[in-house]
Amino acid sequence: MNAPLPRPEAPPTGGAGMVPLLGPMLAEAVGALSANRLRSALTMLGMVIGVAAVILMLAIGNGVQNQVSRSISALGSNLLIVNSGAARTGGGFSQGAGSRPTLTLDDAEAIARLPDVVAAAPTSGFTAQVVAGPTNWLTQVTTTTPAWFTVQNWYPEEGRAFSAMEERQAARVAVIGQTVARELYGASDPLGERIRVRGVSFTIVGVLPERGQGIGGVDRDDVVVLPLTASLRLVQGGGAFRRFVRSITVAATTPDAMADVEQAIADLLRRRHGLSPREEDDFSITNLTAVGETFQETTGAISLLLGAIGGISLVVGGIGIMNIMLVSVTERTREIGIRMALGAPRAAIRLQFLLEALMLSITGCALGVLVGTGLAVVASEFLPFPTVISPASVVAAFAISAAIGIFFGWYPATRAAKLSPIEALRS
Amino acid sequence: MPAAPGDPPPLLALEDIVKDYPSGAGSFRALHGVGMTVRPGEFLAIMGPSGSGKSTLMNIIGALDTPTAGRFRFDGEDISALSEPALARLRNRAIGFVFQQFNLLPRLTARANVALPLVYAGVPARERLARADALLARVGLADRTGSRPAQLSGGQQQRVAIARALAVGPRLLLADEPTGALDTRTGAEILGLFKALNREAGVTVILVTHDPGVAAATDRVIRIQDGRILHDGPPTPDALAGGAGHHYAAVAP
Ligand SMILES: Nc1ncnc2c1ncn2[C@@H]1O[C@H](COP(=O)(O)OP(=O)(O)OP(=O)(O)O)[C@@H](O)[C@H]1O
Ligand SMILES: [Mg+2]
Repeated sequence: MNAPLPRPEAPPTGGAGMVPLLGPMLAEAVGALSANRLRSALTMLGMVIGVAAVILMLAIGNGVQNQVSRSISALGSNLLIVNSGAARTGGGFSQGAGSRPTLTLDDAEAIARLPDVVAAAPTSGFTAQVVAGPTNWLTQVTTTTPAWFTVQNWYPEEGRAFSAMEERQAARVAVIGQTVARELYGASDPLGERIRVRGVSFTIVGVLPERGQGIGGVDRDDVVVLPLTASLRLVQGGGAFRRFVRSITVAATTPDAMADVEQAIADLLRRRHGLSPREEDDFSITNLTAVGETFQETTGAISLLLGAIGGISLVVGGIGIMNIMLVSVTERTREIGIRMALGAPRAAIRLQFLLEALMLSITGCALGVLVGTGLAVVASEFLPFPTVISPASVVAAFAISAAIGIFFGWYPATRAAKLSPIEALRS
Repeated sequence: MPAAPGDPPPLLALEDIVKDYPSGAGSFRALHGVGMTVRPGEFLAIMGPSGSGKSTLMNIIGALDTPTAGRFRFDGEDISALSEPALARLRNRAIGFVFQQFNLLPRLTARANVALPLVYAGVPARERLARADALLARVGLADRTGSRPAQLSGGQQQRVAIARALAVGPRLLLADEPTGALDTRTGAEILGLFKALNREAGVTVILVTHDPGVAAATDRVIRIQDGRILHDGPPTPDALAGGAGHHYAAVAP
């Protein structure tokens, strides 16, 4: 027999509490859970589904948010669009198509003089086949004044916008978007080239920078911008000078001023159009920010559904964890008794079972994040906008899962800790 | 036994220990006012027929169970006054318990089983494993440190359990029928281990046994019947045979 072993170095007493136990208990939790692999996996399933649904929901929500705010900031968060014709019930984004134009260039000029209005661009538009040499391309033609560039906050990156002078003189100049430039001219420089719209030839003086998709996936770079006067005379009217336009886009100084400006425009136009109080507006004013919000609300409903599924799954997952932990405590009563006999305080027993519950919920969460991310990537293929997984949502998922693990693990762990050592040993 | 002057102070002092178990509507008294004193370094056996209260007494001494009445002092400290963490600490640091049914954790290796009390003692991992290996070597299992209990024989499992009971360097080793589940030869080996621990490391050992041969190896025998101490003294042939004390004589054939 060897020499007697000395008593082990007494560890620092008090203060440290359960901290030195964390490492070994964590290792034990891994051991206990991997000893029951199938059961652990099935227990985690609820968490996996819940977290995946939440991650997917947030990814879609973020995607929508991004898309809307990108669209709005690209359009300008301070934009109002005044359309000819009465407001269509059901709201929506109608350009007053089919209705007789009631807005005039003079209306636009009057609006531009209102307080808090930066600019007002009278705008008409039509779809046309534009031709450059042997190539042609079906595109959206916008006819407007130079104020349009200000209102859109979108200026040519090459060349220039047409001037107020050119607009008044009905100069045959055009500014084109990136898609049109690419389709008609490919890699070569379109500046100074001639483009034919409905048989009339315009000289390209500017090319607008890329702007990307608008709300609903419209390609906003697929555009030809012409001076309004030139197109009134030459393109649409065939000589007849008509001062009516389909819409007026108005930029307010600040987003906060929008409501006042909207009211002021309505008052001004009713006065200018000589409408009696009993007559309805012969125009409608659309607030783009409001449209974005509506869009957001719609997709918000989808998100809410996913969120509800996720939330319910998380709770069900938590209950599953509690259930399996209760079973585990019952099965391992003797083990608990042995541990207590070896000197485990109640706090250590509670810690052990809490860590097991936490391990289940956190591992489930990690798998859920993976599955949710995968689904979000797949969803991007089917949705008109890319989903966005924010790190914050992943952090939140882990925080929620940890909370669930602790919440639903607490009761079984406490039950284990409350056992009397001798009763537990006898089981 | 009255303590002679110059004797070391008692490690254990039990006075009038009563233990009632709930039984049906009323309660069953398993211990009827047991009193005993154990000094450090003693090696004693508790004997008695089945159901006499040996395990009940051991569980109280091991701070696993609390007496219904009476006073139990460990190293001068009244156990009933201790908080739960302090009790756990006592079980962890001062007492090693060896069970008849080994009570190893089946999922853990021999090494991890032995190191487990050290986990609760807050000993760092490196020292835990070093001590576990040293203890397993000492009980003759140097080559089985990685085995799980199911891969070990009964004798080997009991040796792991003894190594585990010794891990924290306890002052008191309690063994409730440690050889009960073992054959005679293995039992003798285990007994030799206890004896060596007592003689060489000065560990106080209390063991419960039915085997007079085992009890004969000790310095002192306490015989219990029906929850009362009948005999407390050296392992005379009389005491071992259960012939000591008039109570016992009355019921002996
Ligand atoms: N948890 C309990 N509930 C009720 N009665 C109990 C309990 N534990 C023990 N007893 C009773 O107390 C008495 C003493 O039991 P104990 O286990 O201490 O006996 P023992 O001397 O260890 O017997 P053995 O030699 O068979 O192990 C017995 O009559 C037993 O039935
Ligand atoms: Mg017994």
